[in-house]
Amino acid sequence: MDRFRITSDPLDERAVAEGLSTSEDGAVVVFSGIVRARNKGRKVLHLEYEAYEAMVYPVFERVAEDVRERFGVERLRIHHRIGRVDIGESSVLVAAASPHRGTAFEAARHTMNEIKRIVPIWKREFFEGGDVWVEGPKEPVTE
Amino acid sequence: MTGSAVVTVLLFAAAREAAGRGRLEIPHREGLTAAEVWKNLESGSPALAPLAGSVSVAVNHRFVPRDTVLAAGDELAFLPPVSGG
Repeated sequence: MDRFRITSDPLDERAVAEGLSTSEDGAVVVFSGIVRARNKGRKVLHLEYEAYEAMVYPVFERVAEDVRERFGVERLRIHHRIGRVDIGESSVLVAAASPHRGTAFEAARHTMNEIKRIVPIWKREFFEGGDVWVEGPKEPVTE
Repeated sequence: MTGSAVVTVLLFAAAREAAGRGRLEIPHREGLTAAEVWKNLESGSPALAPLAGSVSVAVNHRFVPRDTVLAAGDELAFLPPVSGG
């Protein structure tokens, strides 16, 4: 299973964790971000994701390195959809394996926060009556 | 000008739409900065102006400050606030 994957195919919550843990691990956390039908009072029809693929992979590596340094978690996978994603489907999966649950939870949470802060992926929300680019933190990333 | 004396400029998401294109090549010159490239893009595509304060800059797939000096052959990208996940 790829550590990092960008794909227009549906994500597989079981496959992302398959073979990730070792005999040292006591916890595997799998986070799945799914598309919900309401956002900011709008009725969402679907989302479309665009990625700067050549940069996504090195930024995933950077996130994984950060997670390793902060939490000592070395077994981490990130899979992200691009293209159209429908309501109820997963747009992102993060799997983290660790000897203890606390660090596995923290690693998954931090990975998601970093995805939303620095990974060059954008979503366009198609809702009843229009569509809009969703924008994350407005503060430019400079390093 | 040799074949490699250019900088490839990529624009994504809202920036791509505001500029009406996602990729262009511009001639390189000594001392050219990312900020100058943005200014030139903005004068050709005023719809980019509202993004000026929030856009991040990447050179060769790494985030960099806007005053970064570009080298011939660099891949420069302008990234609106990301919204993955």
